[in-house]
Amino acid sequence: MKKSKIFWIYIAVALVVYAIVELLIVNGQLDMYYSNLFITIAINIILAVSLHLVIGITGQFSIGHAGFLAVGAYISAIFTTNLGFPFPVALIIGAIVAAVAGLIVGIPTLRLKGDYLAIATLGFAEIIRIIFLNIDYVGGAAGMQVDYLTTWTYAFFGVLITIIVIANFTNSRHGRACIAVREDEIAADAMGINTTYYKVLAFAIGSFFAGLAGGLFAHNFFIIQPSQFGFLKSFDILIYVVLGGLGSLSGAVIAAILLTVISLYLQDFPETRMIIYSLVLIIVMLYRPSGLMGTKEITDFFKFNKKAKGGKVNE
Amino acid sequence: MSDLLLKVENVGIQFGGLKAVSGLNMEMHAGELIGLIGPNGAGKTTSFNMLTGVYKPTEGTIIFNGKKTNNMSPHQVTKSGVSRTFQNIRLFKDLSVLDNVKVANHSLAHHSVISSIFRLPSYFSGETKMEQESIEFLKIFGLDPYMNELAKNLPYGMQRRLEIARALAAKPKLLLLDEPAAGMNPQETQDLMGLIALIREKFDLTILLIEHDMGLVMGICERIYVLDHGQLIAEGKPEEIRNNKKVIEAYLGEEVTE
Ligand SMILES: Nc1ncnc2c1ncn2[C@@H]1O[C@H](COP(=O)(O)OP(=O)(O)O)[C@@H](O)[C@H]1O
Ligand SMILES: [Mg+2]
Repeated sequence: MKKSKIFWIYIAVALVVYAIVELLIVNGQLDMYYSNLFITIAINIILAVSLHLVIGITGQFSIGHAGFLAVGAYISAIFTTNLGFPFPVALIIGAIVAAVAGLIVGIPTLRLKGDYLAIATLGFAEIIRIIFLNIDYVGGAAGMQVDYLTTWTYAFFGVLITIIVIANFTNSRHGRACIAVREDEIAADAMGINTTYYKVLAFAIGSFFAGLAGGLFAHNFFIIQPSQFGFLKSFDILIYVVLGGLGSLSGAVIAAILLTVISLYLQDFPETRMIIYSLVLIIVMLYRPSGLMGTKEITDFFKFNKKAKGGKVNE
Repeated sequence: MSDLLLKVENVGIQFGGLKAVSGLNMEMHAGELIGLIGPNGAGKTTSFNMLTGVYKPTEGTIIFNGKKTNNMSPHQVTKSGVSRTFQNIRLFKDLSVLDNVKVANHSLAHHSVISSIFRLPSYFSGETKMEQESIEFLKIFGLDPYMNELAKNLPYGMQRRLEIARALAAKPKLLLLDEPAAGMNPQETQDLMGLIALIREKFDLTILLIEHDMGLVMGICERIYVLDHGQLIAEGKPEEIRNNKKVIEAYLGEEVTE
């Protein structure tokens, strides 16, 4: 009872934040530059939280997340710009196709472990990018014109849905099974957990939301190009998850916000940007090797009887 | 004796050129408590790994509860009713004590992914049921006061007990315990043996117990299998094993080399 009340308080706080930003945008106090910053933050949070499910919760070191971002971006763009579908429908189609791509990539690669999995996922992401590069229908290297449709409202509700779905998944028997796989795959298997099923499931859900982020990303500018979805993009997302603390959803969110803001301010100095970015990472890894939040969640700081993350029941 | 629960016929496994176990024959009837002993490196843990699907035997057949389990994966074997503990404790270290047991309780509730995401009524009833039952298992082992601790923060003896609690939560008919008393002091060992006898009664279990310490097994097991160099060298009641020449030699040989 108590906990579901807390849940509604969070939702209320989130909606207030949404309303304030929306008001500021509508009244013109936030110009394009800032409204764009908020939308970019939202997209990056979705990416961070979706990869957090794969790496932080299920322990599968996948570093090709930009591939699924690309699938969502191109598919949704085709459905709005070329086929005239409504934006929300195109977003969902993009996410579903990305989830299917996640299944296709995940089923063979998730048998691999550690470094091998990392290399395989990175390779698949490159393959996806190169496929788009070579399809004339989506403009090849020159890119594809996309309608500008993403608004703060879409971006905000995208984040809200992503966080609720992934947090609820994590705090169920299914999420516990994923965490068990992360903790000790052999023991999880011996306790009756179908480890392959849960790895693929987490991967597909992660890909779904990366696809959703892709749809928002594609329609937040007038053009998308394959070069935006290279392995540097995958690393950016990976860094949110590692910096935030493997296993911490709030950590992933905080790191995504922090790094998005830092990199925006440094946008005009690309060389300095890389240096400062690297410095931030090195400093965090030196002083907080398990990430900003470790495996803790923000909510843990407000609780008297602390429970291990990923195992709470919202009675 | 009652129904045949486990039949192991001529089972063996080879790693590269090394025959870790060969020609293993065992039978277990429902309700038995049986010991599997032998010197270090005899192939006891390897046998457990074959019985639980971790290793696929390269020869022979394993029939559990009328079904061949040779080629099943570990989670399928577990669902068919075999559960185990590990010689080197394998808890989910960063999960709470309670969640460790809940993981093994996975199949008690059936709420789907969709139900979990949308928090449908079946999610709440399912999770509550899992939680209540998991706490019952913890109570048996006196671990309920620590249920919100992380597993890795428990003292060693409690970690061993938690592993057994977790194995029980998977609802086995046959429970395999791999050196459950390893590293425990005599008092803890004594308590543990009492606990094993208790859960056996309470849950109608059949138990196969690996123990390095021969004296300990003699005390509680009805029958004993003895492995040495991957081969079964003796089988029988404790007093028969105690006086078996081959067994004495195997253990003496070990003491000399140790
Ligand atoms: N995965 C493996 N690969 C190679 N050799 C193995 C493997 N697992 C076990 N062995 C070997 O099998 C033999 C029996 O080991 P084990 O079953 O652990 O003995 P114990 O009776 O002490 O439990 C040892 O020689 C060990 O090195
Ligand atoms: Mg062993």
